[in-house]
Amino acid sequence: MHLVDNVLLNIVLMTLVKFAGFVLAFVMGTATVLTWAERKYSALLQNRIGPNRANIGSIRAGGLLHMLADPIKMLTKEDFVPNTPNPILFRLAPLMAFVPALVVFAVIPFGPGETFQISNTSLGILFIFAISSLNVYGAVIGAWASNNKWSLIGGLRISAQMISYEVAIGLSLCGIFMIYGSLDLQDIATRQGELLWGFIPAWGIVYQPVAFVLYLTCAIAENKRAPFDVGEAEAELTAGWWTEYSAMGFAVFALSEFIEIVLIGCVGTTLFLGGWTIPGLHGDAWWIVVLEIGGFLFKSLFLVWLQMTLRWTLPRFRYDQIMRLGWRIMLPIALLNLVVTGIVLTFIERA
Amino acid sequence: MTMTASQKLTQIRSELRTEEAEIINDKMIINMGPSHPATHGTVKFVLTLDGETVDDVDITIGYLHRGFEKMAEAGTWQQVLPYTDRLNYVSPLINNVGYVGAVEKLWGVEITPRAKYIRMLISELSRMTDHLTSIAAGALELGGFTPFLYGVEAREALYPLVEELTGARLTTSYTRIGGLAKDIPDGYEQHMNTALAHVEGLMIKVDKLLTKNRIFYDRMMHTGVLSQEDAISSGCTGVMLRCTGVDWDLRKHQPYLAYDELDFDVIVGSRGDNYDRYLCRMEELGQSVKMIRQIFKQMPKGPINVGDWKVCLPPKDAVYNSIEGMIAHFKLVTEGHQVPPGEAYFAVEGGNGEVGFHIVSQGNGRPYRVKVRPPCFYAMGILRKMLVGHMLADIIPTFDTLNMIGGEVDR
Repeated sequence: MHLVDNVLLNIVLMTLVKFAGFVLAFVMGTATVLTWAERKYSALLQNRIGPNRANIGSIRAGGLLHMLADPIKMLTKEDFVPNTPNPILFRLAPLMAFVPALVVFAVIPFGPGETFQISNTSLGILFIFAISSLNVYGAVIGAWASNNKWSLIGGLRISAQMISYEVAIGLSLCGIFMIYGSLDLQDIATRQGELLWGFIPAWGIVYQPVAFVLYLTCAIAENKRAPFDVGEAEAELTAGWWTEYSAMGFAVFALSEFIEIVLIGCVGTTLFLGGWTIPGLHGDAWWIVVLEIGGFLFKSLFLVWLQMTLRWTLPRFRYDQIMRLGWRIMLPIALLNLVVTGIVLTFIERA
Repeated sequence: MTMTASQKLTQIRSELRTEEAEIINDKMIINMGPSHPATHGTVKFVLTLDGETVDDVDITIGYLHRGFEKMAEAGTWQQVLPYTDRLNYVSPLINNVGYVGAVEKLWGVEITPRAKYIRMLISELSRMTDHLTSIAAGALELGGFTPFLYGVEAREALYPLVEELTGARLTTSYTRIGGLAKDIPDGYEQHMNTALAHVEGLMIKVDKLLTKNRIFYDRMMHTGVLSQEDAISSGCTGVMLRCTGVDWDLRKHQPYLAYDELDFDVIVGSRGDNYDRYLCRMEELGQSVKMIRQIFKQMPKGPINVGDWKVCLPPKDAVYNSIEGMIAHFKLVTEGHQVPPGEAYFAVEGGNGEVGFHIVSQGNGRPYRVKVRPPCFYAMGILRKMLVGHMLADIIPTFDTLNMIGGEVDR
């Protein structure tokens, strides 16, 4: 009895430590910093100065204090609820968007071995798909409960868009599972630590370059960010599906968007950029493990940076163009990629 | 009761229609504006949406009506000028040039060659700020925030030049009947060259970000198509007309000031869609840069005002030191310009097209009537035809490339 308790306690404690270390510190930390970084980076791209006014006395820290000032502002503003028949759904919607975005990180391996993964399940990637597709509910229910025509149009647009790209994103990743023969993310990451012909890292992007492009495109579309932000489309729909949200409701939506940016980075790293592995570096020494975790975070942040650059470079699609891109271009390419991968794999197995 | 076959058919049809109507014809009516991010310049679209398609649109203008034409009747001829700044508020200098041009035409005043060149200079400068605003705002509303800020930065490089010349960025009031408020300052050409180089650099960036961008291309190409017949019959001018393939530019075909002495091309499109209008504006920017350089090269020396003290205020030296100068100044300020009775129409090529002033004088020092022909007003008339049947999202680039300026349309 005593032993069981101890084991259970250990598991709970370890999970909590991992959660604090990875999700709270890295994911939430990055998402919070992103609120500042996005404004500062876009300012850099656009020859502006960017936010720099928040200050404590004479300390401005290059605008970093805006990360503090924003929550204070959001918490003290009026949390407006429009005249809607569904005030409860209106309140729930931000959470529905926020929770799935966070939960997904449970299966991401951020270092070697079970120690550096909150939950080691053999169906990791399926879990990611299952949970992250719940994301659409938050946005759609929020839009519906707003009782606003602009929100409704925005909500309809994103529900169609997110469901369409869900298909393409799933198919684009199938090639990876076929190659590594596993759905376990830790497995996939470890396999990518090998070398191909002795000098090329056996990363997913090397085997599946097309799938990587498809994944990144579809993932950004899933996250409803520019150039796929037709649901928000501030020029057409005022602010689209979150027109009526203010104060913390809005902040939670915005934060879950930033968390998803990190998520796209983490999943992309795990599947395509070798996960935590560093080519040619193996071993159990503590400094290697630290380097590997650092490598994972670095690669994830690289993908985050890539998404920000895209967001501030490209204009917005039109709704029907997004659907056409999803069904007529992304989906066939994903299928073709799958077929070609299958054929090549069969030949290799026969040979 | 017997029914003929055709009556029966009609009855069946109407029954079908009501049934269908309940299921299918559930259209959404929604107000876009007057306070909406896309309706800058304050205009209201009452949209009837069938899904994403615009079934009908009712365009309401007039939210920025200030009664310019009525106000103009209250002051002297020269006192109308500050009001013209507020017509097209992105290119106020062109309005200044147009208004005094009309008065001078009615009066038969021939301004000095230097004044002509300076007026061309400020017209082209304003055309650039106008086109830059249109291109930048259009990019912004298609989600391209970065090209927007490049465009605005380019505009900000030009506004200090307007300020250096006139003392104000917007409320310029720079021209005078018979001349100009003041000559161009020292070192102006050098400042202009620096600014133009900066603008050209930024325009290359905007061009790279937009022109061949597939997303931008798809949004602009074949959307908001205006046919040549519609453009002509509705009275469209400027880029709205030229994008449909009509070669018509007042600077070339009814040369005023000294435009016939400049070497420039009229940019003409072929499809009449948003992409053509965007390209026309981009090319015209280049033409304006070219013209400004020519103007500085060819600008003659000499006075900027005509010597006639009945038309232009006498120099301060004469006002303070001679009785004639004093009297001329006093008469001109208190009684206004003694424009002879009659009427005249004078038009200049503004940022958006033909900015015309039709003035009527009764010879008492005040305008009897000032009628403005704003280019956007006529374009707004045909806008509905360009929007109906297209998608909701197409309203945005179409309205942007039309470049409606509230101050000009509503007056």
